[in-house]
Amino acid sequence: MAEKKVALTKQDRISVCIRSTFLQGSWNYERMQNGGYCYAMIPAIKRLYTTKEEQAAALKRHLEFFNTQPYVASPILGVTLALEEDRANGAPVDDAAIQGVKVGMMGPLAGVGDPIFWFTVRPILGALAASFAMSGNILGPILFFVLWNVIRYAFLWYTQEFGYKAGTAITKDLSGGLLQKVTQGASILGMFVLGALVQRWVSVSFPFKVSEVQLSEGAYIDWANLPAGGEGIKTAISQYASGMSLDPVKVTTMQDNLNSLVPGLAALLLTFLCMYLLKRKVSPIVIILGLFVVGIVLHVLGIM
Amino acid sequence: MNVISIVLVVIVAFLAGMEGILDEFQFHQPLVACTLIGIVCGQPAAGIILGGSLQMIAMGWANIGAAVAPDAALASVASAIILMKGGQGAEGASTAIAVAIPLAVAGLFLTMVARTLAVPIVHGMDAAAENADFGRIEMLQWAAIFMQGLRIAIPAAALCVVPAEVVSNLLNSMPAWLTDGMSIGGGMVVAVGYALVINMMATAEVWPFFFIGFALAAISDLTLIGLGIVAVAIAFIYLNLSEKGGSAAGGAAAGGSGDPLGDILNDY
Repeated sequence: MAEKKVALTKQDRISVCIRSTFLQGSWNYERMQNGGYCYAMIPAIKRLYTTKEEQAAALKRHLEFFNTQPYVASPILGVTLALEEDRANGAPVDDAAIQGVKVGMMGPLAGVGDPIFWFTVRPILGALAASFAMSGNILGPILFFVLWNVIRYAFLWYTQEFGYKAGTAITKDLSGGLLQKVTQGASILGMFVLGALVQRWVSVSFPFKVSEVQLSEGAYIDWANLPAGGEGIKTAISQYASGMSLDPVKVTTMQDNLNSLVPGLAALLLTFLCMYLLKRKVSPIVIILGLFVVGIVLHVLGIM
Repeated sequence: MNVISIVLVVIVAFLAGMEGILDEFQFHQPLVACTLIGIVCGQPAAGIILGGSLQMIAMGWANIGAAVAPDAALASVASAIILMKGGQGAEGASTAIAVAIPLAVAGLFLTMVARTLAVPIVHGMDAAAENADFGRIEMLQWAAIFMQGLRIAIPAAALCVVPAEVVSNLLNSMPAWLTDGMSIGGGMVVAVGYALVINMMATAEVWPFFFIGFALAAISDLTLIGLGIVAVAIAFIYLNLSEKGGSAAGGAAAGGSGDPLGDILNDY
């Protein structure tokens, strides 16, 4: 191999990485992330090409259609950097090769990036932080913001460097084991947590009374005839602990019945219904507005 | 709200708008945006609680492919401004969310406008590329990002200058059946976000893990962290077992069936 005439410095690669933060800034219906991709490549293009013709050609190359999950664009940028560097040093890398690598990688990588970031890391971090935040604890938002951005920048930088070093080899690695394992592990984790979230956070309750039963004497705490003072409280608590009812009338709501069957069943069924509707191409927005209407109507009817 | 608060709220809204498209720092997520607006308005606790509650609803709101979810940036900013002006503190969180979600849906229109306006911007980049004009491309990229910031900052400013009495009168004039009904609806709306996510992830292979999670979460003593530990452990066990199953059967049936039990049965 001949000595390289021009090479990208670490500083160039850091600039590209920082600029890749703004990848989606000019997202448009025509060529999607093309403007951001070109914007990110500018420090490298400036370093590698000196004539105006070469620079113009490189800029146009990276204004072609591009769209992927924004974080996994980093390994693609890394590979593109390596290819452009080879090209600037005289290797026979043509436009089609560069475009081919970009297009070839963006689809499969988006398939990895979307579930890992949007559907595993963000919901898990978000749920954890939100459970702090709902009690007014500022640690929740701080935890979310700091952890997310540490994970994100680490990912952007290391995968871009990995792509740069691996060059074209990375496309072969995509069919290899590691990436698949990570995706599989993430989807297992994600599905588990989703199951837990549906149980804990989807609230569907039917507080309407199904039955009212007058309990027989001795099955409930006889509040009128308790001893006075602390002794009375003690008696009441021990009676309650022994299973006596607080009220002389036992009220069973629809919710009690559902809970004794499977806790969270209604939430589960509602989630399945939403999944079904979404698969039938019903817009999520229609479903959301519909659920508000259903909530109001059923509440007015006294069912919910 | 005083002038300083309004200026700061508009700045937060601008950040949220830029992030709504960039999706990097997450300033548009309810946890961050609502908290920041709460802080600049001097009601941090209410903002944090609102952010937490709305985060739970907005969890699965991600624009993937053709599916379009409500605009998280506008939902966060609008609900936080409404909560701050309503003067009910954290109590008003569920009402503020219920009022803000339809607004966030309407905000999708602005998203479409911004993404269409970006088309002529990239055509400007094409022209600049002909002349290798780096500076112009960079300037156009920033112009597009600023436009996305204005997409949220302008509605936020409009919400800010509506007199506080109008907002609180509106909230107070809503009858109890309506606000209660909307909170009940809000409790159910969470399911839509989860359903979006499940539809993306679900395969026959990972469905069982959903049900394990669902059943274990009914034990209310188990914290989210505890559940997370169980989930990670199960994922590792599963990956290791499927690898072992795969390598045992590797010689006989190339590739294996991906099902450890099936491979063991095949060996008999």
